[in-house]
This record gives sequence, C-alpha cells and structure tokens, in this order.
Amino acid sequence: MSISILKTGALATVQDAGRYDGAQWGVPRSGVMDIPAWLIGNLLVGNQPDLAAIEITLGGFSAQFETDCVIAITGAIAPVTLDKKTIGQWRTVTVRAGQILRVGFAETGARMFLCVSGGMDVALVIGARSTDLAGGFGGFEGRALKAGDSVSIGQPGGLAPDAWVRPPARGDILRILPGTEWSAFTIAAHQTLLSEAWVVTPDANRMGARLAGLELPLSQPLEMTSHAVHPGVVQVPPSGQPILLMADAQTTGGYPKIAQVIRADLWRIGQFRPGETIRFVEVTLAEALDALSTQRHWLAQLETQLKWRASRST
Amino acid sequence: MNPVIQPLGDTALVLSVSATLEDQRRLWIMQRLLQQKFPAWWVVLGVGNLTIRFDPMIEDASVIEHGIEEAWQRSQRRMEVASHHHDVPVVYGGKAGPDLARVAEHAGLTPKQVVERHAAAEYVVFCIGFLPGFPYLGGLDPQLATPRLDKPRLKVPAGAVGIGGEQTGIYPNASPGGWNLIGHTDVRLFNPAMIPPALLAPGDTLRFVPTEVRA
Repeated sequence: MSISILKTGALATVQDAGRYDGAQWGVPRSGVMDIPAWLIGNLLVGNQPDLAAIEITLGGFSAQFETDCVIAITGAIAPVTLDKKTIGQWRTVTVRAGQILRVGFAETGARMFLCVSGGMDVALVIGARSTDLAGGFGGFEGRALKAGDSVSIGQPGGLAPDAWVRPPARGDILRILPGTEWSAFTIAAHQTLLSEAWVVTPDANRMGARLAGLELPLSQPLEMTSHAVHPGVVQVPPSGQPILLMADAQTTGGYPKIAQVIRADLWRIGQFRPGETIRFVEVTLAEALDALSTQRHWLAQLETQLKWRASRST
Repeated sequence: MNPVIQPLGDTALVLSVSATLEDQRRLWIMQRLLQQKFPAWWVVLGVGNLTIRFDPMIEDASVIEHGIEEAWQRSQRRMEVASHHHDVPVVYGGKAGPDLARVAEHAGLTPKQVVERHAAAEYVVFCIGFLPGFPYLGGLDPQLATPRLDKPRLKVPAGAVGIGGEQTGIYPNASPGGWNLIGHTDVRLFNPAMIPPALLAPGDTLRFVPTEVRA
C-alpha cells in the first residue's frame, strides 16, 4: 500500500508531531507547521490524530494512489482535483487505486497537509516520523520527497467519518508575550515591533522567517551565551531585523529574544507566505492561556463530533 | 550573578545563572534531578541557563518555578554527575584543517604549537545544542581564540574540528559554518539510530589526540 509522488512543488515532507524530547541532544523539534490542521486531517480520515502526513508547501504537488484509501487535505486552501475533478478541502474524500491527486498553488495560507487513512508508514527515528531536513534523518529517507518516490501507507486503524470541518480563520495577527530580553530593547523598538506591518521576506523556510521592517535596536550591546530557543520565538540578530523561529529551528541560539508568539497562535506562524504581512499584538499571560484553552476545547469538540460521525458511518 | 527565573511566553520558564563551570555543574545536576522528578517537563540546557518547557493547560508556572528553585538549592550539595571521558583522534592541518595557519598567525604561534596547545587542554562539555550532537566545550586556551571567518563556508564536512571566537568544537554533520577549521576527526558525534543519539553529554570531558599534523 503506497502513494507515488509525481510532483512535489517547493517542498513536500513527511511530518508528525515532531521530536519534543530531542532538545537534550541538540535535535530540533521538526514536525508539522500547523498542528490543528494536521490533527483535524487525521480525524477526518479516521486515524489516530498523531499519524504522519505529507506537508505540502505552497502547492504544485501531485501524487497517484496505489491503493483505495480515504484522504483529507487540510491547512492552506488551494485548487485541488482528483482525476481532474475538483474536490473540497478539510473534508473526507474517498480515493480509488490509480487516481491522481493534484494540488494547485495555494490561494490563502502556505502549508497543506495530506492525511491518508493509515498514515505515512515511515520508520520512527528518535521518537518521531518527522523529517529533519538539516540533519538528514527521519521522515522518508531523511529528505524532502522527490518525484518518483513511493511512500508506504499504514494499515487503516479506524472508521472514517464522512465529514467537513470549517477551517479556522487566520488573519494577519500574531499574539505575543514579551521575550526574556524584551527590556534590553529600546522603548522605540517595542513600539516598532507592535506597530509595524512586518513583511515576510523570501528568506523563510521551516527553520524560520526573516521579517522586514524598521530596525529593532537594543539599548546597549548585549553579550549573550547560548540558550534554548523554540518555535514562535522572535529573535533579533545584530542587523536589527527580526527572525520568527519555526518548527525546524535549532535547539539553542545566541540572539536576544524580543518576543514569543503565544502557544495558541503557533499554528499560524507557518501559514504566512513571503510578501504577506504580520502584525504583532501584545497580550497578557491570562489572555494567552484563555486563547489556548479555547483552542483545546474547539479541538476536543471536533474530535468528539468526528468520532461520533465515524461510528455512524457503517 | 543571582539566579533569575523568567517566563518565555506562556509555555516556558528560563533560569539564568552565571556561565562559569561551577554554576554549569549545578545545572547538570538540576537537569538530572528535574528529569527524574518531572519526566513530563522538557529541560533544555544552555550555557549558564536552563529552560523548562511545559504544557500550561496541565501544569502551572508557579509549580514549575518552585521546582526550579528547589532543584537549584539541592544542586548546591556536591553531587557526582555520571560522566564519561572521550579521547578524540584528530588529523590536524593540511586539507583536514585549512585554517590552521590562520589560527597560528593570529595567535603568534607556529602551527605545531597551536596543535600542542589545542591537544593539551581537557575540555568540558557545557551543553549539547545548536546542531544535533554538537558540544559547547569549555577550556580553550585563550591564546587560540580566533575570530570567525568573515565569509562562512557553505559546507563544512562532518567531523571538522574548529575554533570560532573563544570556542572550539566539532561539527557533527555537514553544515554551513564560519569557524576556523584546524583538523578533522572520524569520531561520529551524532547517530540518529543510536540511543542516545548523541555521543557526548553535558559534564563529559574530552581531549583531542593528534594522530597526524600536516603542513
């Protein structure tokens, strides 16, 4: 049981939740860039929510299924066809062996998740099926997918619901809390961070995105030793132009951290495309936790609903 | 420096102490204590700091903060940190170490003297980070400190031994890098198929053993 890759677009990789335990060995988290979209995609095909999927960057992807299966494509929205017939996203789709899926260029968002019943059957490496592109391990042969690859699909474990899920609204706002070096920056830098429309530069990948805007100066030069960094950290190298760290970020860094995107908004950071703008809004810790609680409720309710639907689909 | 605990967003707390070997030793002890007592927390060591990541929906920051304070106090008692010593065979100079001459010139030494000094020290692994299996080593002879290259190399081979500023280290994987390369080792620092995947651990000691010095 497998899926044959015909075209990958900018980047397609096998990803799951990533390596949360890896930092002690210097291993980046990796993993999907939009966790809710991936979890929901798995639920839509009747999988356990944590099975590996194919993360597609910006579209331009196509593949042929070598087996009957159920799929869902969540995340960014793009024209998607199955044997040239338009199919919807964020919904359960039944596929017959031999059919060809084509994912066009994303209209909104940057990353899509192709979830297949049974999940992508690649080996667990350091506790995850995610691809570590820099380290060259995990995922499919430790690398990005290429045309001609045949990726194994696991045995489907559960019944799929016949369902659609409303994609969450995204917007251009990322909510932040001050970073550990917030007070080392000038008042003007704080104001700039919160008022500027930050442009995502083409220098954006799974490790991080360089943002263009006014400079964010420190009050005085700061000597820093290496410290842990993780996805959602906004760090400022000497150029004064911030970098928003993403899933493949190195485990430690040496630049001052002006801000941290709140956990409830981490799913959004990988959905911005080069040229799009980001606005940072400061919230309180209570607001950040409230937002996370709301997001967890939303996901838990969806899981309950979709499992109930699945149980009635026989 | 007094220990400071700061939040990093809604899911992490950072303990900052001084970047001395004495404080770092306490952080190694803390890391072990915390991992035993709170296996659900993710503990990440830096140089002179330690970060704990947690899920704020099932852990409260005040509990974590208390745990950090308690572990910092307990680390005062000198506990033995289980550690290993590693001898790392190195071919210095030649194609294996294209920047050996540059380091020698900067230090006002001959290449041979650079090798002698580099191999004379016993280095301590402060922490593992930056790249998979990459050790932050303390103990470089200050005279060997050499500024990073103005133009980083696009590809440094795995096993390259280098000096960057006041640090020395080994590249575990082929990667871009701006350090002065003085030698090469065949020792593999990182193997994703092994448990644990990193050869070195915080608290380990290391010595470079010259097997050959090339002009």
